Amino acid sequence: MRRLVGVAAWFSAILFFAPVAWMVLTSLHSEPDAATNPPSLGAPLTLQGYEEFFGASTGQSPWPPLINSFSASISSTIVVLLLAIPAAYALSIKKVEKWTDVMFFFLSTKMLPVVAGLLPIYLVAQFTGMLDNISFLVILYTSMNLPIAVWLMRSFLAEVPPEILEAASIDGAGLITTLRRVVAPIAMPGIAATALICFIFSWNELLFARVLTGVVAGTAPVFLTGFVTSQGLFLAKVCAAATVVSLPVLIAGFAAQDKLVQGLSLGAVK
Amino acid sequence: MSLDTAPPPAKQQRRGTPPAPKGLGAAARWARRAPLLPALIFTIIVTQLPFVATLIISVLRWNSLDPDNRGFAGFDNYAAVFTDPNLRSSIVTTVLLTVVVVVVCLVLGLGLALLLDQKFRGRGLVRTMLIAPFLVVPVAAALLWKHALYNPEYGLFNGALTWIWSLFGADRPPQPEWISDMPLVAVEASLVWQWTPFMMLILLAGLQSRPMDVVEAARIDGATPWQIFRHLTFPHLRQYLELGGLLGSIYIVQNFDAVFTITSGGLGTANLPYTIYQTFYQAHDYGQASAAGVVVVIGSLIIANFALRVVSSLLKDEVK
Repeated sequence: MRRLVGVAAWFSAILFFAPVAWMVLTSLHSEPDAATNPPSLGAPLTLQGYEEFFGASTGQSPWPPLINSFSASISSTIVVLLLAIPAAYALSIKKVEKWTDVMFFFLSTKMLPVVAGLLPIYLVAQFTGMLDNISFLVILYTSMNLPIAVWLMRSFLAEVPPEILEAASIDGAGLITTLRRVVAPIAMPGIAATALICFIFSWNELLFARVLTGVVAGTAPVFLTGFVTSQGLFLAKVCAAATVVSLPVLIAGFAAQDKLVQGLSLGAVK
Repeated sequence: MSLDTAPPPAKQQRRGTPPAPKGLGAAARWARRAPLLPALIFTIIVTQLPFVATLIISVLRWNSLDPDNRGFAGFDNYAAVFTDPNLRSSIVTTVLLTVVVVVVCLVLGLGLALLLDQKFRGRGLVRTMLIAPFLVVPVAAALLWKHALYNPEYGLFNGALTWIWSLFGADRPPQPEWISDMPLVAVEASLVWQWTPFMMLILLAGLQSRPMDVVEAARIDGATPWQIFRHLTFPHLRQYLELGGLLGSIYIVQNFDAVFTITSGGLGTANLPYTIYQTFYQAHDYGQASAAGVVVVIGSLIIANFALRVVSSLLKDEVK
């Protein structure tokens, strides 16, 4: 029975992992080897696909979009944390009145489809001259991730035992000392996980970036949409592009693996 | 999370108001609120105002290509939304896409979670491999499926068919045109691949939070594995299934990347987000795009109402 379970589990894991493995393998093949039928698994490995992707022949470098994605994702994650940590404090440790109402307000904003606000947001960007500007994306990504971060940070801060806080205040620790010496060490893994999850969501975002940015502020997913229509032999290049753009998310995701489900379920599942 | 289903949020909140803040002076209450305010005000401005604007624009006659002809349109845009065959079919597509993807993901996710709940060699690695699809950037995943898997000439699927047929010495293997033969299924399959790990993680967390002493007691009393699953595991998992289903629905209803990349909304796969994007991007009919947006919001609020009830159960532990 145990053996059967192991075989079934490994079989499904290989099945689900195969497209990812195929993506990486194909990215390391030459274009003619990438486009054979049946597939040539043992073809010699080469970095041609990556060279092509980084603009060897077309001259269109993916670096500006990649840097745009990094700056949009990292800036918005920092702003989210700066806003969410104090808010979570006011919702868990020193609770405001009606804190559950506030929590549900934050959650309800996540349930509204962003596409419905697309037009007014576009018009605001146009009116204020913020079209094709990373800062505008940072504001939107912050609002997109803030509810998630508040819920998550609250669930992490709620794990700080009240007795410790009481003991700290009896020992005469002020608010700042309490936060730095008592709360922060306990909440640090939670803060890290929240940051990684916000980073992933910002990095992945396509719709706003596609509508609101152009040549200057285009992000990596927008750059990838250039590959939607096929262009002759370009499979290795596409796979190299997909691998490069996914790499930061794969790293962040595996780093946050233990907290991933808590983050995606907004702290509902521990 | 506890076993019983959640009470409605309203009741929650009444019981949930902690006694501590009462009796504080106004200054002390504001001092408590202060850390919350920046986040709250930011969220209200950035997320609520656009929807108010959408609501207002939805009753206007406003086409960017015809800027002089602007005015009050009443419910004309809504009438247009519900009579426009494109929009109507995109509503049907959205429902179909969401239901199929969420249900299939839940079933597969449950199966995988049950497997991963057992002990076997290499469990950690299997878990990591299963999470990987979820960590591929959605546009990249869609490109991968479109070009590297579905392509009829050199995609992996048809390549594998050729290879399997040749194993048995047969020639002329079937080489379907996956995307044009079954466009919606093609989009759904790629989404199922990405979202099954998510369901698996939620359900696995549910399985691992089972009270094992009860399961052990049932086993000692001679309950069969099926009886344990049917009467203990499944009732415990129910709210995790609900949670996964509802969160999944919220994310899948809004899906844009897969539809945009794999089929570009063609062949009857345009869902509401894609159609709104297209109306806004190509037709420049702001009023109608907004009316469609309001329809999506109303649909989402119906799902959200259920979702909030389920998620509210997690605050209960602290509220009691």
